[in-house]
Amino acid sequence: MSVLTRRRFLAGGLRSAGLVALGGLACDGARPREGFLGLMERVNERFERATFDPDRLAPELPEGTETDLADFPAYKISKQFPLAPAGWALSVGGLVARPLTLSLADLQRLPRTRTRVRHHCVEGWTAVAAWDGVRLAEIARLAGADPRARYVEFRSFDSGYWSSWDLESALHPQTILAYGMNGEPLGPEHGAPLRLYAAVKLGYKMVKYLTEVSFLPVRSGGYWEDQGYEWYAGV
Amino acid sequence: MARPAQPWLVRITHWVNLFAFTIMAASGLRILVAYPHLGPRGDLYAWYPLQGVAPPEALTLGGWLAGARHWHFAFAWLFVANALVYVVYLFASGEWRRRLFSPRRDARNAWGTLLHDLRLRKEAPAAVGLYNGMQRLTYTGVLATAPLLVLSGLAMYKPVQLPRLAALLGGYDAARAIHLLVLAALALFTVVHVVQVLLHPRTLADLTVGRDERPEEAA
Repeated sequence: MSVLTRRRFLAGGLRSAGLVALGGLACDGARPREGFLGLMERVNERFERATFDPDRLAPELPEGTETDLADFPAYKISKQFPLAPAGWALSVGGLVARPLTLSLADLQRLPRTRTRVRHHCVEGWTAVAAWDGVRLAEIARLAGADPRARYVEFRSFDSGYWSSWDLESALHPQTILAYGMNGEPLGPEHGAPLRLYAAVKLGYKMVKYLTEVSFLPVRSGGYWEDQGYEWYAGV
Repeated sequence: MARPAQPWLVRITHWVNLFAFTIMAASGLRILVAYPHLGPRGDLYAWYPLQGVAPPEALTLGGWLAGARHWHFAFAWLFVANALVYVVYLFASGEWRRRLFSPRRDARNAWGTLLHDLRLRKEAPAAVGLYNGMQRLTYTGVLATAPLLVLSGLAMYKPVQLPRLAALLGGYDAARAIHLLVLAALALFTVVHVVQVLLHPRTLADLTVGRDERPEEAA
């Protein structure tokens, strides 16, 4: 190693050590998006994106592996399970050639997909259900989503619960807008009339009680993400 | 020529490991608080005796689930990088010869030390070089087990993107159980380890300020 490269190496090492030391002072679990913890979330997102393969499918589980409905947790933000407003329809907009308004009947006429995969909650539990719906990639195609839209935002009527995703995960073949669960119409506990369901994200990314899907060129946040949960949250 | 009983790289990586491992264990326990069960919903593992028992708050770090996850995934890199530095050094320097368990040299000695520690034998076998056989067996066991901690953690972090690793460990829920069991084993080791250090304070000096190897330690 020449003197020059050694010096550069040492300087680089010192600079990194200094950054780590400074960052170490800025580790606050109450504000996890800031300081060293926030920096490392961005590092980890790179790692997560690097491990994400758009063609890799989560194993589809055999029929009969579904968790008892009573054991499948149902979370909400509102005090009561929210009920769909009269005349409910899904809006698809943002950077799209053809903004859409889709009723439940419209959605059910689109190609139907069933996915039965393991559900991973951020809390550490897993459960299984079979979900029926239409691929989000199909919706993106119908609406003519602009390739410059790298993010997708999801809004709901559950006290403003929302989230936003990277486009690659949103277009994954096991990411669907689901209107059925375990062969039945989706119940109000699990997001009726329509919810997002995916194999490649943690549960809190899967917005229930959907009202709006927007294809956006910039990333936004989300209900839990803005409070400090990871934005990418892939599995 | 005298060499240090504990070379400086061993000393540094030991204390960095203590720092990183403490953060990983405490933030990991805070993550466990969010779902203090093992096994999938509706099919909890019957063998796990602590279903529903959350770890005490005093042992946890991060304050809440999101905070603890950020701590955990931030310091996982330090934990792994430090371990890699140690392992590369262990083999590149030849230190493994006097540190890792070798049945021919250490088995009988380890057995004798165990009997002595259990008060079944009066005299303890003399250390062979740096450590006695039981020490080598234990430290080697820790080094052999620790990768399972990292692998089970990765399998839980990316159960879909790392399908072979997740399947090898029996899936997400099995990996989660392995993760906790290995932590329990390493915590038990740490307790015994600290007691032994208190009984033999000289080893603490070896591992902090450093001290040259005594002639009888040259194995």
